[in-house]
Parts: sequence; structure tokens; C-alpha cells
Amino acid sequence: MFFRQPDKSQLTRIRFLLFLLALMPLARLIWLGATESLGANPIEFIERSTGTWALVMLLIALALTPIRLLTGIAWPIQLRRMAGLFMFFYACLHFTSYLWLDHWFDWSEISKHIIKHPYVLVGFLAFVLAVPLALTSSNTMMRRLGGRWKLLHRMVYPIAILAVLHFWWLVKKDIREPLFYAVVLLLLLGVRVLYAGRKQLKTQTTSKIQAHNSSA
Amino acid sequence: MLIGKKPDILSSEITPRAIFENRRRFIKAAGFGAAAGLIASAGFVPSLASAANTRQKIASFNKTAYGKEEQLTSYDDITTYNNFYEFGTSKSDPAVHSRLFKPTPWTLSIEGEVKKPRKISIEDIFKLAPLEERIYRMRCVEGWSMVIPWVGFPLSKLIQYAEPTANARYIEFISLADPKSMPGVRVPILDWPYREGLRMDEAMHPLTIMAVGLYGEVLPNQNGAPIRLVVPWKYGFKGAKSIVGLRFTEKMPVTAWMKAGPSEYGFYANVNPEVEHPRWSQSTERRIGGGLFSPRIKTRMFNGYADEVGQLYAGMDLRKNF
Ligand code: HEM
Ligand code: HEM
Repeated sequence: MFFRQPDKSQLTRIRFLLFLLALMPLARLIWLGATESLGANPIEFIERSTGTWALVMLLIALALTPIRLLTGIAWPIQLRRMAGLFMFFYACLHFTSYLWLDHWFDWSEISKHIIKHPYVLVGFLAFVLAVPLALTSSNTMMRRLGGRWKLLHRMVYPIAILAVLHFWWLVKKDIREPLFYAVVLLLLLGVRVLYAGRKQLKTQTTSKIQAHNSSA
Repeated sequence: MLIGKKPDILSSEITPRAIFENRRRFIKAAGFGAAAGLIASAGFVPSLASAANTRQKIASFNKTAYGKEEQLTSYDDITTYNNFYEFGTSKSDPAVHSRLFKPTPWTLSIEGEVKKPRKISIEDIFKLAPLEERIYRMRCVEGWSMVIPWVGFPLSKLIQYAEPTANARYIEFISLADPKSMPGVRVPILDWPYREGLRMDEAMHPLTIMAVGLYGEVLPNQNGAPIRLVVPWKYGFKGAKSIVGLRFTEKMPVTAWMKAGPSEYGFYANVNPEVEHPRWSQSTERRIGGGLFSPRIKTRMFNGYADEVGQLYAGMDLRKNF
């Protein structure tokens, strides 16, 4: 059943379930907060949790095309907008916890902090670049922008690279966790490159053969 | 949650006291287990840690005036939020992975520029000088801070016992690196063993102590049992934990963090709000225990101990000597 395209009502149910599932990290934070179980440094905990989930959602959104390429299962692509928007949702919570809980809207301190610390700067860039994607994510905007919409959405690749870099640069010494995300991202992008190369090769050979045939 | 039974009620000897606490912090958030197992980060797993289940009171020590006016960080926070990479790199690791660690028997070896190299047992160290309580602020290079009621004695007493020669200008502190009992050591995150160092005058300063306890109890494993260094005007990483060696040297020792990142971690590592770290802002800090809605506080020069230690660095460029 996984391989088959679900019908409309099934898809709605799947969407609804995944929607609830994607809200679990937030629900958990609220639960841990309400029971005072966020540990000795609750602000750091929230900042890290929301950042991690933004990155996870982003990688899920990026995983759907490789899944189609590798297995031929195409229908999960219909869930990509949701994953992308959840990435943006957690990134907003992440940024808000940074601006509010961590720095209390102390703008002069925040601007200095963003400029001076490379890891914050690339995180900030990733977020800024994601804003237009979220704003243009409605069907109307898609239609209105046409081909440019697709071009705009290619921005998701630099966003993902910046997000992983953000994580990489922030850890002190133990890079195992950002390394894990970097490898996943590399695989997800690698599959695309591989298939793009193959496609190009195929079209090249076909045109060569055609050229050969027509000249003969 | 604060357990700190005030050490007024002291027994005449060190009495083992088993305290089991079922903590709500043990919530493992079922359903996230799989993800957490895959990538166990601070963001995924809340403090699974709880304090070691046997706690021992220290028989006798003197109260001092240090830090009387400070509000103490809770015992729970001090013992579950630790940087002690020998037991893992996440803050909650040390409390969990140090449970089976055995801080006794223990000997400290004294080497280098001394009249006679020798070893001293932890029992003898306890008798070296009267123990005292010192309430110190601790500022971590990562931008957070605590107030900890250490029990210990001035490092100068240990130095007197060691009898350094006239050549001794620095002391190197060497921590235990035992892959059997310390899982973090099996991973080459740092060039083990952990090493720290002080200039002789810093080491002799009355604020510098060797801690053997906190909250009136024997030092918990995750805080550096059985003996650790505390230098309150420097970033927390200067406080070498579970020390097995004290080496007196003529040349400035290269510390573990200097080796790991020479541009980020210097030998002096004095708390200084004006010298930024590439990763963290050093102008402000978060006091642990303040809860969700407490703003950062301003970081003070030498962590607020400038009056006592400022003269040690007179004429030095503290931007270069960071
Ligand atoms: C696309 C947007 C972003 C993504 C995907 C993202 C992701 C992450 C991740 C994965 C972490 C590490 C979590 C961990 O240590 O377990 C993190 C930490 C952090 N992020 Fe972001 N981030 C983004 C944007 C931002 C922005 C805009 C800021 C602020 C300007 C920011 C500030 C921080 C800070 C300060 C931390 C460190 C928290 C700590 O260790 O105390 N991030 N982020
Ligand atoms: C409602 C809003 C959105 C819609 C309708 C939508 C739809 C699409 C579509 C149709 C594509 C395919 C483009 C192509 O094949 O070249 C795409 C690409 C993508 N968008 Fe979105 N998207 C939305 C919002 C977002 C957001 C907010 C993000 C995250 C920042 C995001 C992340 C992605 C990703 C990861 C890809 C895949 C690129 C690839 O796999 O090569 N999307 N989106």
C-alpha cells in the first residue's frame, strides 16, 4: 500500500496524522516546561531542540525527491510543502527563543552577536533565505511566479548547507552530531547530482545517436 | 529540589549516606526514544542525569566569608550540568556515565621541578590542611555561570608540601584518563589526558583552591572526584578534574584546550568581558537556575575578583594573553 498513490481522502488523513506528529516536538517542549523538566539550562535546551527540529524537517523535505528517484515512489512529494513549512515553523521558534529568551530583545547586543560569531551569522542567513520560500508557498503565489517560483525554491539547497554549517561551527570540539547531519545532506544532494548526471548522459547519447543516424 | 542539608549537623566521621531520589527529571519522553538514540543531543534528551546515589558528608570544615552574599546554584543543577569530556561531551553525560567511577584508592603524583618527586594518597591530602568552604562564582567559557559552595583547601598548601625548586615557574595539572572507567576517553575528542596549567603566582594565590567537596559533601564523581582545581577568576575549563599528577615546570605547559584550538583557548583564560570568543559572547552570561525568563547578567572582569587578582597581570596585554 505504501507504493500506491493514496486517494484524496487517504492523503488528507496522512497529512493530518503527519501534521500532529510534526507538532510533537513542540508539545514535548511545552510538557517538559510545564513540569520543570528542561534541565539546568532550559533556554539552551529550547534553543537546541527547536534548531535541531528545524534541521530535521528541512532534511525530511529534501529526502522526498531522492526517495522518488531511488524507489519510484512519488506520492510523498505531495507532503513536501508541509515539511518545508514545518522547517520554517521550528526555525521561527528557534529564532524567537534566541531573540527573546536568550537575549531579551537587546538589539545592540544581538546585532553584535550575529555579526561577530560566524555560526550565528550563517544560521541567520539560512533563516533570512527561508523567509521568501515560506511567503511564496501558497498555490496562488506558485501560479503567479510560474517558472521563477521554481528558481526561487532552489534556494533550499544553500539554506540546507548553511544550516549544517551553522551547527558545525557552533560545537566546541565534538563534531560527531553535525557530521551526521552533514553526511545525510551530502547523500541527499549526491543522489540528485548522480541522477542529473545520468539524465544528461542519456540525452547526450540519444542526441548523438540521432545525429549519427540522420547524417548516415 | 535543593537538598543541601546545611553542614551544621556534622557527624564526627565521614558517614556514607545513601540517598535515592526518584526524580521527575527521569522523564524519558517515550516515543522520542528512537530519535534520541540516533542522535543524542542536548536538544533531544533532557537531563536524564541524576546525582550519584551515595553521598557522603565531609566531617569537618570551616565556613569562610567568601561569597556569603551569593545565591547558591542548586545541588541538582551543579551535579547534572557538567562539562567533563572524559565522561562524554553532552552536559548530562558526566552524571550518568560517572556512576560506576571509583575515586578511591587515589594517589596524586608530584613531579618535575621539586626537591623530591613523591606520591601522596587522597587520605593524606585531606589531612594536609584544614578544609574550608569557599563559595565561588564559576563562569564557563560557553556563557553560563553558577555559584558553587566548594569545600577544599588553598593550593598553596599542597605546593608547600611539594617543595618546588627555584626553577619551578609553572604547574601542570594532569587528569586521569582511564578508558576503562571513563567512556569519553575512548573517543579522541581531546588529546588525553586532560592537562591544565597555572603560573606559579596564580597557583599560590589565596583564591586558588583544590576542591574535594561541594555542599558540605565529598565531591561527586561528575564534578571531578576525588580532587580538582578551582580558579574562580578563570573560565571553568581551567579547573582540571580528577587530578592524578602535579608537575612543576620551568616552561609554560601546553594545556589540552590550547592544543585543541590555539586560537580559541589561551593559557591564561581569565574571565574577560572585553575579549570575545569566536563562538560565544563573553560580555554577558546566563546564571544557571534562573528559569526561562531570567535575563542574562553582565560578565565582570576577572569574574568579579579583579580586586584580589588584578595585580597578577599588571602590565600584561590581556588581549594577546587571552
Ligand atoms: C534555517 C535556520 C536555522 C536552522 C536550521 C538552525 C539549526 C540549528 C541547530 C541544528 C542547532 C544546534 C542544536 C544542538 O546543538 O543540538 C542550532 C543552534 C543554535 N542556533 Fe540555529 N538554526 C537556524 C537559524 C538560527 C538563527 C536565525 C539564529 C540566531 C540568529 C540561530 C542561533 C542559534 C544559536 C545561538 C544556537 C546555539 C544554542 C546553544 O547551543 O546554546 N539559529 N541551530
Ligand atoms: C506551501 C509552500 C510550498 C510549496 C507548495 C512547495 C512546493 C515545492 C515544489 C513543487 C517543489 C519542487 C521544485 C522542483 O522540483 O524544482 C519544491 C521544492 C522544495 N521546497 Fe518547497 N514548497 C513550499 C514551501 C517550502 C518551504 C517553506 C520550504 C523550506 C524552507 C520548502 C522546501 C523545499 C524543498 C526541500 C524542496 C525540494 C528541492 C529538491 O528536492 O530538489 N518548501 N517545493
